[in-house]
Amino acid sequence: MELLEFARGDGLQIAVTIFAAGLIWRLVHLLMTLKKTDLSEARQAGEKAGGIRTIFSRFLHHEPFRERTRNGTIIAYTFHIGLAIIFFGGAPHILFIESFSGLAWSPMPTVVVHVTAAVTLAALIAAVVRRMRHPVLNMLSNFDDYFSWLITTLPVITGLLAVAHIGARYEVLLAIHILSFDAFLIWFPFGKLMHSIIVFGSRYTTGVTFTRRGARV
Amino acid sequence: MNEAVENHPLEMDKERFGIKEPGARYDLQGDIPNEERVRKAMVNFAKDINRTTATYMEACVHCGQCAEACHYYVQTGDPKYTPIWKLEVFKQAYKREASPFAPFYRMFNLKKKISVEQLEEWQELIYDSCTMCGRCSLVCPMGIDIATLVGLARHGMFKAGLVPHELHAVAERAEQEGSPLGATASVFEDRADWMADEHDTDVNFDKEKADILVAMSSIEIMKYPNSIGATARILNALGESWTFRSEGYEATNFGMLSGNVEWQKHMTMKIIDAAVKCGAKLVVLPECGHAYGALRWQGAAMYGKPLPFKVQHISEFLADVVSSGRLKVKKVNQTVTFHDPCQVSRRGGATNAPRVVMEALGVDLKEMTPTGDFNWCCGGGGGVVTIHRADKLRYKVFELKMDQIENTGADTVLSTCSNCRQSFNDAQQHFNWDKNMESLLELVADNLIED
Ligand code: SF4
Ligand code: SF4
Repeated sequence: MELLEFARGDGLQIAVTIFAAGLIWRLVHLLMTLKKTDLSEARQAGEKAGGIRTIFSRFLHHEPFRERTRNGTIIAYTFHIGLAIIFFGGAPHILFIESFSGLAWSPMPTVVVHVTAAVTLAALIAAVVRRMRHPVLNMLSNFDDYFSWLITTLPVITGLLAVAHIGARYEVLLAIHILSFDAFLIWFPFGKLMHSIIVFGSRYTTGVTFTRRGARV
Repeated sequence: MNEAVENHPLEMDKERFGIKEPGARYDLQGDIPNEERVRKAMVNFAKDINRTTATYMEACVHCGQCAEACHYYVQTGDPKYTPIWKLEVFKQAYKREASPFAPFYRMFNLKKKISVEQLEEWQELIYDSCTMCGRCSLVCPMGIDIATLVGLARHGMFKAGLVPHELHAVAERAEQEGSPLGATASVFEDRADWMADEHDTDVNFDKEKADILVAMSSIEIMKYPNSIGATARILNALGESWTFRSEGYEATNFGMLSGNVEWQKHMTMKIIDAAVKCGAKLVVLPECGHAYGALRWQGAAMYGKPLPFKVQHISEFLADVVSSGRLKVKKVNQTVTFHDPCQVSRRGGATNAPRVVMEALGVDLKEMTPTGDFNWCCGGGGGVVTIHRADKLRYKVFELKMDQIENTGADTVLSTCSNCRQSFNDAQQHFNWDKNMESLLELVADNLIED
């Protein structure tokens, strides 16, 4: 089947090339900007350790903020964890990863992955509805927010359709699923999906600055 | 008298510093074509782009959680007060001019050029409704330090002549006269002499050599002069070699708050030069939050190298001397609560210092909820207290503070920032509220055990 071959072959290759080139350019561009040295006298040592600590500690809000941020946090965690389970736990995905990296591990039970995918889709829909309806999110949101949402959600939907054999022949559904993943890779370096990498830099930077000061990070 | 001060007479007799009742407006300084204003704002903002700020600019996921930490949004529910939205025009400019894909953004006009109308609109967001308290920086899941970005945005706004008049007038006056409140060196010396009499102590002025240089804020000199006497009494009780210096005594830095880096540097360098001249090993900063940030964390950047002396906020100094036993204080039978100045606690890392001092005083401390690093700002920092048109909003956010304080059941509110104190006193008057904010420094001085 030509479409499936393209999606897996040339299509994927083109996507990976754009993904890698875009990613490298974005990171190189950041690293090329001047690094400012903090000349103030540090209150305490261990600023680098503080930076690394902050990368982890910001996974959870400080207690006084939890109540007001609860809804957004629950939705975000649900689809982030869901996406990770689907991608790294689904048997076909592990085969795919093995095909180019040689790395493999035992997959999660199919039913777990499928249920997770359904929950993830529900959380993604909740996220976009919330984005449209919440006055703050609505005001902040731009093309990137909605397009990145779409490009993340499509592989989940097409994956679910493929395993459920709904709407077309399996090969066609699989081809569309892989194409949606190709599209995800292509868009990744250009929009907010890059936050999955930049988050380490921004948390670390703030962690370093405020650890120097002996302040809360 | 400069132009800004002439056009907008200063209210010297009021509880806090400002100008006479301007109506709702956007302020402009200078006669510059609109395009030039925009260009200046952007060029000067771009100057501050470094690896840290570029990372922040790229990191935001528009999750909106910073809104939930900001007193302006929490109290009004108005989405425009979302912290990162306050940077929106600058984010847009960054994307268009300096981001990795800037040429595409420009070629396809994906991010529009910023207009002067947008900048005027953002004046309220960057100045009137941000105290740079940094609460949002603590909640952001991406770790973006939004408060710092607001400070940088002010650099561009200043160069473009887009600063609220009062803040501009205050900063200009500070630059020209050495004090935003008319506390020139001779006025300071006069008031210091007066306080020496009142407190029956010696005030050291312009000593050639001293181990400690002490700075004061104009707010204290003019409105809370007992701080001068209290500081002198404590340092004399400790037998310290200390001095005020007439060429570098003003700790406030309205250059920094208004966004003028040259003025900020000039103001900071006065203290640094004075300290170097008298060979001080330590500069003790007064009860003023932003003064601490300006010298302790930004001073070395202004100097271009590490500072040749230590810098302490007065609360840190007091914590050191009471915990080492050098300074002895009487027990105070009072129920108090403590208002953490954002720049000293959350942004400065000295959250524990006043608590050490209060423990030594034996007061019954009723902490607010939330407190310490998570405390709500008084609403007057970042120069906001000077801006009249922001009064209504400031009072609205102060209601949060009032609730917090009432809920503690404490009789007295203590703090270690005279700017918080003047914001507090002003709001207290506005609300006819019976609570009073007092200075921790003065409480220590009033309860000294002197041999
Ligand atoms: S909390 Fe951080 S990531 Fe979320 S909108 Fe605010 S600045 Fe952006
Ligand atoms: S620094 Fe404070 S006032 Fe400014 S946006 Fe953040 S929370 Fe609001």
